[in-house]
Amino acid sequence: MATPLIRIPILQIEDFLVASIQVALHDRSAVQFRDDLLQRIHETKAKGLIIDLTAVDIVDSFIGRLIGDVAEMAALMGTRVVVSGLQPAVAITLTELGLELPGIITALNLEKGISILRRLTREEEGEG
Amino acid sequence: MSERTLLVRSDLDIVSARVEGRDMAKALGFGTIDQARIATAISELTRNIVLYAGEGTVTLRPIERGSKKGIEVVCEDHGPGIEDVNLVMQDGYSTSRGLGMGLPGAKRLMDEFEIESQVGKGTRVTARKWLR
Repeated sequence: MATPLIRIPILQIEDFLVASIQVALHDRSAVQFRDDLLQRIHETKAKGLIIDLTAVDIVDSFIGRLIGDVAEMAALMGTRVVVSGLQPAVAITLTELGLELPGIITALNLEKGISILRRLTREEEGEG
Repeated sequence: MSERTLLVRSDLDIVSARVEGRDMAKALGFGTIDQARIATAISELTRNIVLYAGEGTVTLRPIERGSKKGIEVVCEDHGPGIEDVNLVMQDGYSTSRGLGMGLPGAKRLMDEFEIESQVGKGTRVTARKWLR
């Protein structure tokens, strides 16, 4: 039985990419999402990526690890990743599961995420 | 509210199972954080079925013990079984693509947790969460 893949739209705002997950992702769609994100980072040379989880009510170890992988891989490509809108219940379950997401920058919401990315990329340009 | 048994054999069934579990938890009066704990535990347990046994079932049922009310999640498969249950309950232990946090993680999210497993016969995991 072939399963239709869910594709998450990835939008570009200034030098940043924004992807907001609005549906319950099954594993294969989540893997597709990771690959799409990395491809778009490569194509756009985006300086930053925001993964918005405002509408996500469950993050299990599979999705959590996948988000960690995206952050790690994006960092290798020179792109900063911010995760925004983590619901309290999601933050609690992630911690209780024992999933640590080292190196992941989080923001309360999308707007704050963008301002964090602006500051980070400005600092980096200033250093360069 | 009656119990529900769902077939688990793909990643789509994992999503359906946790949605059903969350709905039942909500109907039973669990708050949003416990709903997320229960749904996440169902996600971890049913993913184990898909990864290790290929297929199995998950049964969700409202339960009562004395004056306590709660939800019971039973995941059953006829897969290879677990040789050393103590070992798989250790944090960080994994034989597959998991993070080694499936079973211990699910245990932490629930109030009660039991594994019965026989090599070559299959595995049954029973997890319960009580309303506070």
